[in-house]
Parts: sequence; structure tokens; C-alpha cells
Amino acid sequence: MNEDTIVALATPAGVGAISIIRVSGSKAFAVTDRFFFGKIKIENAATHTLHYGYIKNQDEEKIDDVLISVFRAPNSYTGEDSIEINTHGNPLIVQKIIELLVSVDEVRLAEPGEFTKRAFLNSRLDLTEAEAVADVINSRTEASFRGARNQLDGFLSARVNDLRSQLLNLSSFIELELDFAEEDIEFVNLDELSKRVDSIIIEIDTLLESYEFGRVIRDGVNVAIVGRPNVGKSSLLNYILKESRAIVSEIPGTTRDVIREEVSINGILFRLFDTAGIRISEDTIEREGILRSQETVRNSDVIIFLEDVKQGESRELQKDLLDLSSPDKIIKVLNKIDLDSTSEISADVKISAKTGEGIDRLFFKLKEKAIGSSSYTEKTAIVTNLRHHNCLKKSRENLINARESIIKKMSGEFISVDLRNAEMTLAEIIGEVTTEDILNNIFMKFCIGK
Amino acid sequence: MKKFDIVVVGGGHAGIEAASVGARMGCSVGLITMDRYALGRLSCNPAIGGTAKGHLVREIDALGGIMGKIADPTGIQFRMLNKSKGPAVWSLRCQSDRKLYSAEAYRVIDSTENLEIVEDSAIGVLTENGKVVGVKTQSRNDILCNALILSSGTFLNGLMHTGLNKTIGGRHGEQSSTGITESLVNLGFEYGRLKTGTPPRLRKDTINWNILEEQPGDENPEPFSYQTDISKFPVLPQVSCHISYTDKEVHKILEKGFEFSPMFTGRIQGVGPRYCPSIEDKIVRFADKEKHQLFLEPEGLDSDLIYLNGFSSSLPAEIQYEALKKIKGLENVEMVRPGYAVEYDFFPPHQVDLTLETKLIDGLYFAGQINGTSGYEEAAAQGLIAGINAALKIQGKPEFILKRSQAYIGVLIDDLVTKSTDEPYRMFTSRAEHRLLLRQDNADRRLMKFGFDFGLIPKELFEKVNIREKTIVGGIDYCQTKKYHAREINTFLNATNSNEIDSTETISKLCKRPEIHLKQLLEFNGSINEKAAIDLLKDEIALQQTEIELKYEGYIQRQYEAIAKLERYETTTIPLNFDFNKIKHLSTEGKSKLNKVKPRSIGQASRISGVTPSDISILLVYLKN
Repeated sequence: MNEDTIVALATPAGVGAISIIRVSGSKAFAVTDRFFFGKIKIENAATHTLHYGYIKNQDEEKIDDVLISVFRAPNSYTGEDSIEINTHGNPLIVQKIIELLVSVDEVRLAEPGEFTKRAFLNSRLDLTEAEAVADVINSRTEASFRGARNQLDGFLSARVNDLRSQLLNLSSFIELELDFAEEDIEFVNLDELSKRVDSIIIEIDTLLESYEFGRVIRDGVNVAIVGRPNVGKSSLLNYILKESRAIVSEIPGTTRDVIREEVSINGILFRLFDTAGIRISEDTIEREGILRSQETVRNSDVIIFLEDVKQGESRELQKDLLDLSSPDKIIKVLNKIDLDSTSEISADVKISAKTGEGIDRLFFKLKEKAIGSSSYTEKTAIVTNLRHHNCLKKSRENLINARESIIKKMSGEFISVDLRNAEMTLAEIIGEVTTEDILNNIFMKFCIGK
Repeated sequence: MKKFDIVVVGGGHAGIEAASVGARMGCSVGLITMDRYALGRLSCNPAIGGTAKGHLVREIDALGGIMGKIADPTGIQFRMLNKSKGPAVWSLRCQSDRKLYSAEAYRVIDSTENLEIVEDSAIGVLTENGKVVGVKTQSRNDILCNALILSSGTFLNGLMHTGLNKTIGGRHGEQSSTGITESLVNLGFEYGRLKTGTPPRLRKDTINWNILEEQPGDENPEPFSYQTDISKFPVLPQVSCHISYTDKEVHKILEKGFEFSPMFTGRIQGVGPRYCPSIEDKIVRFADKEKHQLFLEPEGLDSDLIYLNGFSSSLPAEIQYEALKKIKGLENVEMVRPGYAVEYDFFPPHQVDLTLETKLIDGLYFAGQINGTSGYEEAAAQGLIAGINAALKIQGKPEFILKRSQAYIGVLIDDLVTKSTDEPYRMFTSRAEHRLLLRQDNADRRLMKFGFDFGLIPKELFEKVNIREKTIVGGIDYCQTKKYHAREINTFLNATNSNEIDSTETISKLCKRPEIHLKQLLEFNGSINEKAAIDLLKDEIALQQTEIELKYEGYIQRQYEAIAKLERYETTTIPLNFDFNKIKHLSTEGKSKLNKVKPRSIGQASRISGVTPSDISILLVYLKN
């Protein structure tokens, strides 16, 4: 079996009081000790004990203060050495810690259900429990066969099945030529073959792109609001929230901490971060806030770069911003057009956070940045599941290989290898049998880390 | 009463392999046949091998079977098919001299120690407490045995059709065999009916050869058998086949006979092969095709008969004859014998295990058409495996099962047992998911070790293969490490219209270019002195193997990865006689299919149609506990 040490978030994604990251495997203690700074090393800790300390990154920067529970093999859920890291319930912190852990060799993200799978393989589940597992799997699968799958899944299956039948058709052309060499059958036209492979790749690309949309629907979009003091960041945030949580003040630099609010715009969850400014300041109190703001910007999916008609353009800030983020994430917004509606300053959107003018246009832009311009209707096949996404990616790689073989004018049996693999990989999405990792599929229906 | 270790019923291609291998593995064998001179008869086309079938012959040979050894000295045309494609789908095919093939089969069998030919007809299986004890014969006392291999071909309740005429018999001019089916049904076996057909035979000197397209054999033919002396090959003079076509007029005449077709009128109940349809089937199913290709194949050097491949038919004889005369080159043809269809009993192969022993009766084995296959090569492969396993079981040794990733034979038997079949099963290269590895050119490297272990392969030959293996491994290693500098190789590359290199490149990389052969890379500057390279150049076969492995390295690697991924499931075994009923969560269909097939491994279970992934999951959960 796989000897890797696995890591995953065990609590629901998103904000909460605490989040728990689970680590299991032979390196669980060693890898934790690389980043955990507490009174004792986890390696030396007794089983079923709790330890307070800090997680610091490679540069010794503190990420969060945490509580770690220690479970020594075989007395853990998985039967392996395991720890659980209790952090503050902030997705950014969780993400950072997980990234740190998986940066170590032989440590990786857990596959769906992998913790349960290990528990099962290490005989931590007895017959009754195993039966219960089987029950769950069974009922879920049967339910899905009865069409109780949600609509999105239904459309995805239809798309995937269509792609599979296209691939099977292509394969059968090739096989015909190989296995019936003696018959006077038509030869496969390589150009035509290549075109059809290309069109399947494009369809897979469309599905892969929809994953971004699916992810957005599931996880939400992080938006940082950046701008010089007094351009109205907090006012904008407040307008959007329609409630005054952020402090609105005339004194520059009041918003020292990153402030976060969640808001639903057109059905998409946006997480808005009001930043304290990203320019390095001499003020030591401000300094920490600035570092935090920079981090926020780096981790954001979309950045609202706010300026106002009075202060005009800030080229330095724009430059700083581009160091932290890519231009296609940035929406340049000009505020306070209620004061000067004829301003010549260029911007993607012009608004007034006071009157609400232009806000609709901003919302439209936000949505566009988040999910692209593709129009997803409820009848579009959308990929929301990471495993599906990975299968599509793998299938695409197979097809790229097949296309390369076609271009190199390889004989059919070589093209066929990858076409078949592409088809089989797609088949895994809809759970058809299964030359693939059946064991991994077993617990697929469990959420990650469970 | 006579007693053998193994009794084989039927002396066709399955039967003679089974009898031969059983005897050579040290068991006493009785081979029951109605006619000793009909042993190994080519009852349909006078040819051995072909796409995927050529692979089977090579595998049979590497394991120590006799098919290739009989085909080589009796072949009158050898061709490597698919030569324009990659090496994995090259397949050797030969036209055989029908009479000489059979004579050679008889010579081989008759000269085998421990093997007795019994001319008789088997009419019943004798069992005690679920175990085979012997066989009932028509004209003798019962013959006792520890293992019984049934390879009765199309003879079980064989019924031949030409038009609406029916004749009882398993083959032209031969009687059928009754009693076996009935006795098996009484034991609880399920049986079905299949159909196959054969085309008309034509008089050679009534054909206008001059106007037909000629199809000669290969200039430098390769033999099937690793034991054939290449310096004396080919043994017989080589002849050509010829090609002609049907046309609309021919089709129109044939259509007139449809109302007398035993197929279309429903007189034949048996299911025919989809891939080898009769000419009337082709006309109906491919109505928009204006012509169909026909091969005129000689039946032998001295024979005055021509086999019209592609024109299998069971239409009335006079319709066949009328249509034939409209075919180019056949204007004045004499039809010596019309085509006919034959219907016969078979036993859906989920009833046998991967050893080909039946699940129901201990010591009873099925091989060949009785398992629903078609083709001499498919039959021979099964005969060999049944014979080996019967002998191993008698000697108390572990069973012999080839995996899908090891051999076409493994694919064949796994398909039969796991998926069963309701039409005659034929091997294709596309059935082998690991096709790139299971080449006809490396059957010895894959399988000869088993043949040697069973005592079926001479020591010298096996040692030769081992030495060659070392040469190949050394050669691959050499080519992957030895680098050429631009200055030493660019002249050569230019001369072969291949792109120049900038600095250095390994032989392995250069060899992947389609326009370059490994041999050229090894000897282009004439000053090779490394041992690995010299060894390669001295052994043409090793050189070819090395070149294939290097040229297609990426693809071959991907196949190995695929195998590795599946290995866990292939090696997760399910206990023999596991009762799937006791797992309450299995789907009803899954349960019944699993109980029927009784898979040996999770891998095999997952290939059964009707068994869902969740059934497999549940099965895994139970097996782990």
C-alpha cells in the first residue's frame, strides 16, 4: 500500500471557530516537528495528549498558534501515527499550514476517503463497522442509480458518456484496421482522426474550465480591496455590506487589520478583505498590518484597486500591486464620482460608494473575474468534484499523447493505447467498472479527511 | 478395463495438443478419435495463424506445444501480416498443405511415448461423487481415467446445412457424436448451440488464373516454431494465393436463394460468428457494399482443390454454383463441394475454471469449440492449457494459469471464463489490453520458462533464450548510456536525412527516430568495440528485440504502468467455492453473476458484466475481514 504520509482538512472548508488538520502516516510526527514550536517535540509526546505551540514557516514566520493532539499507532483512527492540528478557523491559515506540510517529501494531500481507507486496511474497522461502511456505499450508489444524483452530476455524466462513445468510435476504427488486415477495409484517415481527438480535447478543456466555476460555487471568491488611505475602501465595503462593520474614519491608516466580510452577489460567495495598505511604512505598528495586507493580496482571487477622483492615480501603488498579483486579477475602480462626474482618470469601473452609482457594474465585473465570461446555465455540465477534475486532466494528458502519436504517424496500436486510457479514465468519473484503483473508489463518497 | 491417467476425446487441434502435452509431462494418455488419419485435420480453411492467431501459435510453441512444429514443415506460403504497422500487431500466417498437415500431426502424435490412439466414439462421461472416473465408448468397454479432456469440436450433435438439406455430421463425410451432450446435461451442465460455416471447394484447373490478382508469400519467410531449423526453411515449395471479388450481379443471384437459406428461414438456431459472416450475411448486413473480396487459397501442393475464402455459405448448392460462375476468373469453374453451415453443441465457458477444468466435475476439462471458440489456434491453445493442468493436477503440482498481462492465451481463457460467450469467440489483438507487450516476436522471452519447467522445451533452446535475454538487457543498458557526439554522428545523420544533433545524444534517444535503425547506430563508424554492442550485432533477434524496446519505450512503459496498477486486484484472490450469497449487500444481479462465474480474483470479478463497482467494493470489504 501507499506509504506516503497524508494530510487533509478534517473540518468543513470555510470560516469557523476552529479548523482541524489531520496528518497520518509514518512521518506524521517528524513532519509536524519541522514546523511546530511548543514545549516538547511531538515525536516525544505520549499518545492521546494535547500540545500548545506555534506553527512557523520555513522563514520562521509565525503562522498561527495551535493545539495539537497526538495519536500513536495503532491507537488512532487510521491505525497509523496521527496528529490533529487545531488552528483558528481561517481558510488562509489552514491553506498555509497544509502547504507547509505537503512541501515535505513523501507527504501529500489525502485522496477522498483515504483516512477511512487506511483505517480499513489497518484493520481499525471491524466486521460490523465494515458492514456499515458497505451499507453507506451501497445505499449511496443505489440512490445514484435511481437517478437521485443531482442535476449537475446528471449533465456531467451525459457529457462524459458522450465523450467516451466518441473515443470508443475512434478506437474501433483503429482496431478495425489492425485486426482485419486481410479484409479490404478503408484505412483510417489520420487528419480526420487528429481533428476528432482535438475536438474531444477542447470539450474536456471546457469541462476543466467549469471546475473553476464549480470551485467558486463551492468555496467562494477572495476579494482584496486595495487603495491609498481615504479613497473609500471602508465606505465601499460598507456599502456592499449595507451594515457598518469596518471602521469608517477620516484618519489615514485606521484600518490596521485586515477586515473580512462575506457577501453573496448573484449567488456567488465573495469574501471581502479590506486591507490596511500595502506600501511599506516606517511606522512599526502599521508594519505588521501591512505585511498581513500583502499576504491577503497574494492570496486573493480578485483585487479591487480603488482610487478616487480627488487624489488621482497612484502609479507607485499600482506597481506594488503588480508585484503581489497578476494584472488579470485586478479591477481598477474609481471612487467618489459623485464629487466629480467628469473625471478623465481611466478605470474599469467608476463608482460612488456614497450614492451607490456604478456598483451594479462593479458587481458584474466581480462576477466576470471570478468565473470568466462563459455563461453557465443550469443545464451546463459543471465539474465540482476534485476527483472528476483529476480524471479529466488525466484523460486530457492521454489524448495529448494520442495526438502526438498521430502526428508522428505511429501505427494504430500506439495511438490506441492512449485513446483507450483516455476512455478508461473518463469511465472512472461515472464509476463504471473499473480497471482503476477500486479501493480508492470505495471510500470516494466520503469527504476528504473523514 | 483400460485405464489412462488422461483421456482426451477428439483429435482436432485442441485434442492433439492436450494429448501430446499430457504424455510428454509423463502421464499415460488415451486419445479417442473416430479416425486416426483425421488427427489435426484442417476442417475449414487450409491456413494456420493470421492476426492475433499467429500470436497464439508462437505462444503455444514457446510453451512447448506442437502446432507450430506441424505448421512449419507443411506450410506452402508464409506471410507476416500487418508488416506496415508496429511490431505488436505483426502476425504470421501460413497456407498449409491440408493433407500433409494432417499426416504430420498423425506422425507427431503416433510417435509420442505414453500416448495411445483409440479409434472409437465417446458417448458418455462417467463420474463418481462429482469426480470424473472414465468415459463410455461406442464399441469398447468403458475407459477409465483420472482426468478427461473433452475437445470434440463441432461433433457434438453436429448438423450440417446446405440450403434446406440437413445432414447429421460434424464435418463433411464424417459422422457426428451423440451421447456426450446428454450425459453432461444430466450432470447439470448448461449447453447452447453455435453455428459455423465453410465455403465451397473449387477445381483448380477450371479457374482462369491469368486474370486474377496474385498474392505471393514473403520473400524471406519466418517459421512459427522456435525449434524449426531456419537453414532448412521453408521446407516445401512456396505457392501464391489469388484475389477476386463478388459484384452486384453475384449478390443478386445469391439473394434469390435467401428463401432457402437455413439461416434466414430460422432452421439454424445456433449463433454464428459476427466477424466471419457467410457471404449471404455480408450482403444483408452491408447492403451498400457493392463487392466483397475473395481469396482463392490452394489446399495443397498436389491437391486439385481451391478454398474460396470469404464465400462461406449455406445457400442451396445450385445457387452457390450459379453465383460462382459470375465471379471474375471463375466463369468456367467446377464446384467440387458446396459450402455448408454446421451447427453444434457447446457449453458456455463460464462453466470452466481458468485451468479449463469444469467447476462442476472434478477432473473434467473442456477445450476448444466445446467452450464456444472458433479457430484452430484458439482450440490448440486451450488444449495445451487443459493438458498441462490435467497433468499437473494428477501429479499433485500447482495449477498453471497465464495472466492477461502475460499472454494472449491468458486473455483468451480469462475472457471465456469471465465473460462467457454466446457467439463463436475468436482472438483479436484488440482483446489484449497489454498488446504492445504481448508480441509474437517475444513469446519465447515471455513464456519459454514455463515450457522448460514442464519439461516441454529442450534445455539447449532454453539456454539460448537465456543468453539472448542477457544480450538484450545488456544491449538496452548500453544504448541508454552510450552517447554520440555531434561531430562523430552528424555526417551519418545527414546521410540518413535525419536532423543533426547539437552536442551529444544517447543511442537510445537517436534510435527513437523512425528513419533510423539501431543496427546503423551501432555500426555507422565501423569501430564498435564494446562487448554489449558486439553481442547485439552478432544476434539479429536480440538486436530486433532491443530495437523494439527502445523505439517504443514510452508506450511500453505506459503499458507496464497500467499492469502494475491492476496487479493488486489481480493478486487479491477470492477463495475457491466462496459463497457470494452470504454477502447480503451485493446487488442481486452481481450476486448471481459472481456465483455463476466464481471468479478467482478481484480483478477477474471486476470484469464480469453485471458486477458493479459497488459490488466490487463490498466484496473487498468482506475479503479483508
